[in-house]
Amino acid sequence: MERIPILKMGPYLLVTIQVDMHDRVALGLQDDLTQKIVQARAKGVLIDISALDVVDSFIGRTLADIAAMSRVLDAETVVVGMRPAVAITLVELGLPLTGVRTALNVERGMALLEAAITRREDGDADIH
Amino acid sequence: MPTFTSEQRLIRSTEDVLGVRQMVRARAVELGFNLVDQTKIVTAASELARNTVQHGGGGAVTVEAVEEGGRKGLRLTFEDRGPGIADLDLAMKDGFSTAGGLGLGLGGARRLSSEFTIDSKPGEGTRVTIVRWR
Repeated sequence: MERIPILKMGPYLLVTIQVDMHDRVALGLQDDLTQKIVQARAKGVLIDISALDVVDSFIGRTLADIAAMSRVLDAETVVVGMRPAVAITLVELGLPLTGVRTALNVERGMALLEAAITRREDGDADIH
Repeated sequence: MPTFTSEQRLIRSTEDVLGVRQMVRARAVELGFNLVDQTKIVTAASELARNTVQHGGGGAVTVEAVEEGGRKGLRLTFEDRGPGIADLDLAMKDGFSTAGGLGLGLGGARRLSSEFTIDSKPGEGTRVTIVRWR
């Protein structure tokens, strides 16, 4: 089956979705990512969707599920590179991706992940 | 000038949803839709094609170039012979789902289209027609 590669870079996992996904490929990514988060003890996941010219409710829900699952596994997710036409369409569709962190590009996404992780570690330090 | 008037495609599995997206995209580009309008009709088509598989047990889509009063558009008709919809008003509501999804398919497709009509008879099937004008 077609699979989307997941790259590990330090405490982060990077995913670039290059193709229009079949539903099963999207679900496969969800499974692979959750396993990889645990295996790699990842602190953050960055998903680049700049190549996607359509995000329908299924793909949108998959992205939201990935964000929710990774949060439960103690990792932050940020989705980057959404095309403006996709953003307009998603909101009109009724799926504003509440609960999913987004950033304009990979650079800003990485900065957002780093800030979120630092904040979280500081928060932990306060508790101890 | 568009080189097609009408084209049909079977929708049998969720894999076909991708093919429907590609076909509608190609036609919208041919008709000169701008990027946002292309994205809207392709997304609406994706929602309706998935409904055809998940609720209708498969069916077909007809894609037509239409013209009215000098304006051009794309008409998509999704047909299945599935169980039909007993309560259309309820089915159109956001958040109502019998398939465990988000329940955005019908309402979302309507919002993304210029025109939307649905005919359904319990036991006979469902037909959804959308038009998006350029």
